[in-house]
Amino acid sequence: MTKITENITALICSLLVLITGAIVVLYTSETGFLLHGWLMIFFSAWAVLTVVRRMNRPLEPKSLEYNDEVIKWGVLGCLFWGIIGFTVGDVLAWQLAYPDLNGDLPWTNFGRIRPIHTTAVIFGFAGNALMSTSFYVVQRTSRARLAGGYLGWLVFGGYNLFVLLAVTGYPLGITQGREYAEPEWYADILLLIVWLGYFWIYMRTLARRTEPHIYVANWYYLAFIVVIAMLHIVNNLVVPFGLEYTKSYSLFSGVQDAMTQWWYGHNAAGFFLTAGFLGMVYYFLPKAANRPIYSYRMSIVGFWGITFLYLWVGSHHLHYTALPDWVQILGMTMSVILIVPSWASVFNAILTLNGAWDKVRTDPAIRFMMVAVLFYGLTTFEGSFMAIKPVNSLSHYTDWTIGHVHAGALGWVAFITFGSMYKMVPWIWKRDGVYSIRLEAWHFWLALTGTFIYVGAMWNSGITQSLMWQTYDGEGNFLYSFMDSVDAMHGYYIARAIGGLLYLIGALIGAYNIYMTVQGPRKAPQQSNNLPVAAGE
Amino acid sequence: MSTAHQKLERHSLKFTIMILLVASLGGLFEIAPLFTIDNTVEKVEGMRVYTPLELAGRDIYVREGCYACHSQMIRTLKSDVDRYGSFSLAAESMYDHPFQWGSKRTGPDLARIGGKYSDDWHVAHLKAPREVVKGSVMPGYGFLADTNLDTDKMRAALVAQSRVGVPYGEEHIENAIKDTAAQADPEAEFEDEIIERYGEGINIRDFDGNRDRVSEMDALVAYLQMLGTLVEVDALKKEELVR
Repeated sequence: MTKITENITALICSLLVLITGAIVVLYTSETGFLLHGWLMIFFSAWAVLTVVRRMNRPLEPKSLEYNDEVIKWGVLGCLFWGIIGFTVGDVLAWQLAYPDLNGDLPWTNFGRIRPIHTTAVIFGFAGNALMSTSFYVVQRTSRARLAGGYLGWLVFGGYNLFVLLAVTGYPLGITQGREYAEPEWYADILLLIVWLGYFWIYMRTLARRTEPHIYVANWYYLAFIVVIAMLHIVNNLVVPFGLEYTKSYSLFSGVQDAMTQWWYGHNAAGFFLTAGFLGMVYYFLPKAANRPIYSYRMSIVGFWGITFLYLWVGSHHLHYTALPDWVQILGMTMSVILIVPSWASVFNAILTLNGAWDKVRTDPAIRFMMVAVLFYGLTTFEGSFMAIKPVNSLSHYTDWTIGHVHAGALGWVAFITFGSMYKMVPWIWKRDGVYSIRLEAWHFWLALTGTFIYVGAMWNSGITQSLMWQTYDGEGNFLYSFMDSVDAMHGYYIARAIGGLLYLIGALIGAYNIYMTVQGPRKAPQQSNNLPVAAGE
Repeated sequence: MSTAHQKLERHSLKFTIMILLVASLGGLFEIAPLFTIDNTVEKVEGMRVYTPLELAGRDIYVREGCYACHSQMIRTLKSDVDRYGSFSLAAESMYDHPFQWGSKRTGPDLARIGGKYSDDWHVAHLKAPREVVKGSVMPGYGFLADTNLDTDKMRAALVAQSRVGVPYGEEHIENAIKDTAAQADPEAEFEDEIIERYGEGINIRDFDGNRDRVSEMDALVAYLQMLGTLVEVDALKKEELVR
């Protein structure tokens, strides 16, 4: 694509959003939709102005450097949404311990603000981390400048507009009522368009590569992009009330809808929170440790195993329900087999550290990554275990599931993100290193302590809950009322909230450390071979 | 394996197509058959579409995120059945767009909550949970009683429902707005009409204890009071329900 067509495409896309926003503002009578219309207008008008200003400028000479500017904004987005997501999460945790904190207002109640936490963390924090690192990794491993020029900015901006529409909609009651797919139809359409742009940039950059082979980190990022697109489209098939309404009804109902949702839900974990982050492991861990990946074969087994198996396991969220038994059994079986490719990745990553274990002691970033991989191993083992039907009869509907998810989210996803960010930030801002290794270590230990407290509390509360629900006395009556089980949770809920608070404090220290790194002096210029061979149009 | 893969990983488009193929198998084999295998959803008597007021209540249930803490799915486990009632059938959520089976029980299951408590109990509990159930961690929803139900929206709601396959007819849609208000107002004269359109056994009364208006509380309580009451599950033969 030449610069001219690139600018025109960018202009048309931004204008489309602008027109949509204008139509919404003119026709809707819903407060929330009106706000969203204005947000769309504001963001797209900004984009249009920027593109027009760019078109007036004379064509710049070909850039011979990697395009890292948009990545910097991705890092910012990741930290911003991370802090918001962790804070709201901890507020929710305190609300469960002290329910008066709900305030009993529509927009402060647990039910409405819980998706702010999940969306800010999954789409905001993790999504921006994935987008920014994928743009970094695909350029370096392809030795090619990022394709698409200005399109990268639109993808980044559009994506964050999607997250903003989502989290500002929830307190106003705008939701599809599907876990981890709460944003309504218009936000979903925006995400789909943005995602196609993301895919296009990724494929075009790969097409420019001067390395004959596509590096394994890119396999994972590609699987993340492609599979999330498929899941997003199928799970968000809805019929809106009309163009002036935010509300819609899902196309499927009941049992089919449940299966579709958990096929989506579990693979949001599998491809958003696993595949993309394994891509991160496969690039940043060997790079930081300065060791090659241990085994090529294990990479292949791990990758295709995960790509094939994950899509079958969603039904383990529906054990003993009205979902037909054959789907439950199939989901359970595939879940158990899934441990094989999962642990192949774990061992591949851990064995990569052979010969560099001293760095785990001296470099907190590598320590973050190593612990992330261990938590990944723990969580995938736990996941396979909980998918076995009798175990699930104990764990399902309880806090154990919450503990499991957070072992993955806090211990795996966020740890690998922080580890990679501590490496990537000095690289893209061209700094000598992170501002303070001491603070980095503080962040590590606070995060680890917080995770242990959180997960430990939830394991205990989950199992307590379930046992209390299932205990009979000698005469066949229940020994405990439901309220007894709620009362028994109080202490665990306080512990969980404290664990979350430690984690949040760690993240704040991390954000400060990264801010100071960026503020710090630039690295002394030196001639390096850090240039792409294929350098743009 | 390695040599074949070394070839594959040199082509970005082929590689992407391969990912799509491999990743689509799970859904094709597990989801698609649920639409075609006949006994996935049991054929039972009693299932009817939601009345507009119940549907409005259900939309409020979804809006407030009740599913974050309450399931609507009684599993086939003994401890579930003993505590909440006969296990849920697939048929009982056949008109649920979206399904609200939930994934967490911070509070109890609600699949068969209908008729277990009085309207007054529900209203008092929703307004101030801890004054009714000591130690409850549920937020208060008093604002529902102070908010007029947006009945005008219900026509568009029924149209959307019929587009996703719920059998609402012309007559249902034409009268949607009127029916919504009338179900919460026993003095209105449309009682027979609602019964004619939606069947016997519809709860027609003032749910929130405030006759001056049709509030969101009316709608939510109307929904809660019919949950799990449509199919006479205890009369069904268990052998017929084997999936």
